[in-house]
Amino acid sequence: MSWRSRNHPNYWAFALHRLSGLLLALFLPLHFWALGTAIEGEARLAGFLRWSDEPLVKLAEVGLVVLLAAHLAGGLRLLAIEFLGWRRWQKTAVALSAGASFAVGLAFLLSVF
Amino acid sequence: MTGTLRVSVWRGAAAGRLVEYEVPAQESQTVLDVVSHIQRHLDPTLSYRFACRVGMCGSCAMSVNGVPRWTCRTHVRRVARDGRLELRPLANLPVIKDLAVEMGEFFAKWTRAGGAFVPAPGLGPDFARVAPDAPARQAASAGIECIGCGVCYAACDVVRWNEEFLGPAALNRAWTLLNDVRDGAGAARLGAVAGDAGCHACHSQQSCALHCPKHLDPTAAIAGLKRATAMAALRGAL
Repeated sequence: MSWRSRNHPNYWAFALHRLSGLLLALFLPLHFWALGTAIEGEARLAGFLRWSDEPLVKLAEVGLVVLLAAHLAGGLRLLAIEFLGWRRWQKTAVALSAGASFAVGLAFLLSVF
Repeated sequence: MTGTLRVSVWRGAAAGRLVEYEVPAQESQTVLDVVSHIQRHLDPTLSYRFACRVGMCGSCAMSVNGVPRWTCRTHVRRVARDGRLELRPLANLPVIKDLAVEMGEFFAKWTRAGGAFVPAPGLGPDFARVAPDAPARQAASAGIECIGCGVCYAACDVVRWNEEFLGPAALNRAWTLLNDVRDGAGAARLGAVAGDAGCHACHSQQSCALHCPKHLDPTAAIAGLKRATAMAALRGAL
């Protein structure tokens, strides 16, 4: 079976949910490491936080927020379509979750720059 | 449509290769017509299955240009790309030879999903009266036209990743029986579909619903089973 048979919105939504979950899982150790710098003193953490104010790091943070929003919206979509009873508007559910993730990312982008 | 179709066909079993044939293009030609032309005029050793030719028996499904389809009701003009067709056996099933796959495990999973009707105690010899507009009847009706072609099974990535997964068709069958008020094996059936290989393994990718030639929605049936098993677990009945 080729990618042609998978080329539809519900499969894209699945792939995005899986990819965002994996990337967030990869980010988590970095997150804990950053918090762990506080153990080595206030200056170390403050230095890290100053670095995180760099524009490129902020841009990466926007990506992180989009990933979080996409994973959350995708998860809510799954819960809704599976546990609130099946609906005919599956593509709309995909579009709503994608739109919500994009809106959250955009709002965060506007707030940091 | 006139001219020549260039058709690549899988020859061999699990190990094999694509062999190219040239087939005259015709008006209103189905993919099954193309395969039959090859077998009757170009290479009589080609193996494939068909029976009814009218979309009832579910035996002629194949992968056509990468998409699982029933070939007897698929017109060449809808699926050919630049006059080319690539025909392979259905994915996720062992290949016997050429375009014929082993369907034994596919149907064994129907049995494992509790796919056999079990009359409820006290059903009696008379006809059961079921209101056509009853919600359970409607839910059953939405899934009972399955012809067992295996297209959904071939389209499902969860089947590919977990060979124990019961698959869309077997779970759809379980859901229709769960909504059959004459059936008496509901509790056992919920147990059969609640395990690691059952409904909760489905990721709702919905390729089964997209490619089902009968326009059934196995993902919706599986979602119904997810709700039913979750409610049964909450009640302590599972």
